[in-house]
Amino acid sequence: MTGNIKKIKTGIQNSGVADATAVVIEEDSSWIKSKKYWYLTSMILPGIPVVSAYLSSETGSGLWLWAMFIVLYALLPLLDHISGLDAANPGEELMAELKGDRYYVYVLYGAAVMHWIALIYMGYVVSIGEFSWFNILGAGLSIGISNGLGLVAGHELGHKVNDKVQVFFAKLVLACSGYGHFFIEHNKGHHKDVATPEDPATSRFGESIYKFVKREVPGAFRRAWELESARLHRVGKSEWSLSNEIIQPALITITAYMLMIAFFGPVMIPFLALGAAYGWWQLTCANYIEHYGLMRERDVNGRYERCQARHSWNSNNKISNLVLLHLQRHSDHHAHPTRPYQMLRDYPEVPALPSGYPWMFALAMVPSVWFDTMNPMVTEWAEGDMSKVNIDPDVKDEMFKRYHKPRTAKAA
Amino acid sequence: MTVVEYKKYCCVTCDLVYDEELGFPEEGIAPGTLFEDIPDDWTCPECSASKSDFFLVE
Repeated sequence: MTGNIKKIKTGIQNSGVADATAVVIEEDSSWIKSKKYWYLTSMILPGIPVVSAYLSSETGSGLWLWAMFIVLYALLPLLDHISGLDAANPGEELMAELKGDRYYVYVLYGAAVMHWIALIYMGYVVSIGEFSWFNILGAGLSIGISNGLGLVAGHELGHKVNDKVQVFFAKLVLACSGYGHFFIEHNKGHHKDVATPEDPATSRFGESIYKFVKREVPGAFRRAWELESARLHRVGKSEWSLSNEIIQPALITITAYMLMIAFFGPVMIPFLALGAAYGWWQLTCANYIEHYGLMRERDVNGRYERCQARHSWNSNNKISNLVLLHLQRHSDHHAHPTRPYQMLRDYPEVPALPSGYPWMFALAMVPSVWFDTMNPMVTEWAEGDMSKVNIDPDVKDEMFKRYHKPRTAKAA
Repeated sequence: MTVVEYKKYCCVTCDLVYDEELGFPEEGIAPGTLFEDIPDDWTCPECSASKSDFFLVE
């Protein structure tokens, strides 16, 4: 029934045994091409805070300000569940076509602009309405989620380091929540140290998200600053110059936030602070679930093995992949960091999460549920050998006692 | 006697530089190995990005 199936060698190693192969089904190509319209959701989603803010000012009901919150934790997981999985991969010919089409980049530019419109318009509505603190909280969290989606677009754009326009838009959209240092830290830091205990953006087995965030946020900033300072020193400049790519987006944030406070009043202080913090939290959630517990092994010289397909958690959930620009095809992203989102592929053997990111974000916020769901999966991934797992050192003994049952034990 | 002009290639993601003159002996790539002679399935030793993610440094 599935017709013309091809298996493509990807050149990506997995388990050190064989190359990961991507399954390409010829009949899928029309669906893959039609995804181009679905990616417009990146521009439409920041429209939700705009519409909901408008409705709250028209109806006088501040409850509308919570709309984006409901979208992330209820609507998207529900749609994800209904829409099922999508494993469609583009073949070589289609890859070339997808690569050459600038449309996909323009969608992201549009999204970057939309995220600023959402932030400013929602701020405006919050400032003119007489909303309760509860509903201002809803507005802050909703715009935080919108900012978090902005980070997804910024992530995609920030990888295209050799294209000045894309980098400009990356800085612009990351500046919505004051997270401009992300693309430096992510490219040169996270992509290098991923799935090792040294990476502040890789979560450890037995580490709750509330513990992780205290290591992740300062660790990521410190690493970004060190990397950027080192780069500037190499070209003979001071880190305190306008060439500093952390300072550039920070200036956008500071200017915009000051203007909003000046024009819209002091209510912008909690609104913007909440929006930025909850935007960061979205990134924390993504970092938390993308490599939880997975660890690269060291070779005889103490060097970490290459990051392989087996070192990232993936999801094929259809709706969340369209909304999150295929970020959930995370193994392919680490193998090809500059591969544009529309070209990312799935592999059948990669570690897979039980559902899409939106629902996993919700689970991550309830540590007991998260551990119950994910710890057995990581243990299975390591074939019961906890020495191969990236464990939080504070709970190492406890985790070993509970989960360490290596399957490769000599049966004889 | 011809003088080989060695080039440098930089990983777009992590900034690692491959210098043809130095090679990557610990990777089994001898000094003097031209970038084009490195196998296509070779990946960045720092960030594991594919070989096609390296660009020529002027």
